[in-house]
Amino acid sequence: MSANKNIQFSDDALALVQKIINRYPEGKQKSALLPILHIAQAEFDGWLSPEVMDYVASLLKIQSIEVYEVATFYSMFNMKPVGKCLIEVCRTGPCWLMGAEDVVRYIEKKLGIKAGETTADGMFTLKTVECLASCGTAPMMQIGETYHENLTLEKVDAILNDHKNQGNRRTHWEKDKVKP
Amino acid sequence: MSRKLLLDNLDKPGIQSLTGYSDNGGYEALRKALQMKPEEIVSEVQKSGLRGRGGAGFPTGMKWSFIAKPEGVPRYLVCNADESEPGTFKDRYLMEHKPHILIEGMIISSFALGANTSYIYIRGEMMYVFHILQKAIDEAYAAGYLGKNILGSGFNLDLHVHCGAGAYICGEETALIESLEGKRGNPRIKPPFPAVKGLWGCPTVVNNVETIAAVVPIIKITGEEYAKIGIGKSTGTKLISASGHINKPGVYEIELGVPVEEFIYSDAYCGGIKNGKQLKAVVAGGSSVPVLPAHLILKTAAGEPRLMTYESLADGGFATGTMLGSGGFIVMDEDTSVVKNLWTFAHFYHHESCGQCSPCREGTGWMYRILNKILNGKGEMKDIDLLWNIQGNIEGKTICPLGDAAAWPVASSIRHFRSEFEAYINNHGMKDVKHYYRLNNLQEA
Repeated sequence: MSANKNIQFSDDALALVQKIINRYPEGKQKSALLPILHIAQAEFDGWLSPEVMDYVASLLKIQSIEVYEVATFYSMFNMKPVGKCLIEVCRTGPCWLMGAEDVVRYIEKKLGIKAGETTADGMFTLKTVECLASCGTAPMMQIGETYHENLTLEKVDAILNDHKNQGNRRTHWEKDKVKP
Repeated sequence: MSRKLLLDNLDKPGIQSLTGYSDNGGYEALRKALQMKPEEIVSEVQKSGLRGRGGAGFPTGMKWSFIAKPEGVPRYLVCNADESEPGTFKDRYLMEHKPHILIEGMIISSFALGANTSYIYIRGEMMYVFHILQKAIDEAYAAGYLGKNILGSGFNLDLHVHCGAGAYICGEETALIESLEGKRGNPRIKPPFPAVKGLWGCPTVVNNVETIAAVVPIIKITGEEYAKIGIGKSTGTKLISASGHINKPGVYEIELGVPVEEFIYSDAYCGGIKNGKQLKAVVAGGSSVPVLPAHLILKTAAGEPRLMTYESLADGGFATGTMLGSGGFIVMDEDTSVVKNLWTFAHFYHHESCGQCSPCREGTGWMYRILNKILNGKGEMKDIDLLWNIQGNIEGKTICPLGDAAAWPVASSIRHFRSEFEAYINNHGMKDVKHYYRLNNLQEA
């Protein structure tokens, strides 16, 4: 694969990648793939373009197809652009019992989008996800690394307003934690 | 109140840090263990009767004893921190609040198994806990609990934390190993078992977070003392994740053997049903285990009080019993629609099927679509039998237990709440099933 010259991790990210690769035996560097794809999302706007995946393949000295087949399997990897703030509301049993549907409907109405869509300004993407192991503090949603628990509609309002005001991108592995 | 072996000292300041943990007896078990022979540790764990806390309940000491020891081949210990079973959040709670008990348990268990490199595989969504664990590991290295010649014992161990990326299936141990190798989480056909051929083809033991943490108190108080807690083959303490319509949701450490009724209604635990309502049903061990109506979760079919043990919860088989599973205790009040709850589970299993085996890949989607149809008022009576038929054709017909896990909630919901399915069909998917029961003055079976 021809690597796109515009795609390059920051020095911090490259140092972290090397550190992670060293956690696995020699020749088993492919094991570092999932952590590195998380770092790639933090480095490149929260999603994995084919070019970014090719770049990750070159870092790990594996075939691009090995990256594609893995990236498409796991639900945390975004195969298309997402808003700066990806809102993931848990929809499974225990959260549903405690009102997750109301939370989803409320956010849909507030942002004027359906689950799975992104606001026109590119600020928010709303997604429903499966159990996030936060059933005792249901309903809940995740934004970046943060679990927002025991949600009420007032809380949801405050959280979304905060994010709109801050306007920065959130990723599952937060950009400020991409350090060696 | 139950004795606390895992969640003790949570109120102590700084218990999350190595200093706070050490100030409260942390790493004493490690010092003791390093004076023992590895096989003595395995023997203590066998004597303790500890059973896998991830859901299967397989005896841990026995699992350890299966590990192959070919010359010159590394062995691995992998901690399964991919906690994804709906209703279960105990491992996240433990790792977040007391990460060092897991680190200490990993060191002792690695020593017992002869592993010099070990991994904690944590689900990617819990990235903030991943960072907490990384910090705890860094502290342990700095204190000489990890690395070369740990506390002068001659034992070397490197411990790493590895993050997943969103896939329930990776909680299945062979899928977890595939994922740790940087692949899709497709479960492997067994045999060979991981104890013979696991991570990178080497002998590997995969244990749940709570299982590994429990090794610490077992070494501290001895296996014999640990086995005195609990009833019969359900020894020790167990973390229960309590959720749903209860006054006090949260993680409780119980001595196995607490009556279910006490667990639900006592202020020491769930504190009763929210808003003074009646109990309708409980899923006792995570979404995969059979749901039971109130009368069967409180008492067995024979009328004995149901206890929080592996055996008592399973009493009566699937006809009238369930499983302790992962200890994900989901409580539903009288106004809950069991069919709608099942629909969320069906969506979950359809979403999480890895797609390898046709019965699971196709069957989970089919069941979800039928439930969708019933909820939307388009259901026919024959759909109930069709659901029954599909779940029976998934159960036991797949490489891994996800198929069973998808089938059991469907089977048990129909078995115990068939009239509710019929009500949806007869009333064209009425919006709210509770009105049906109230209008018709019916008691749920």
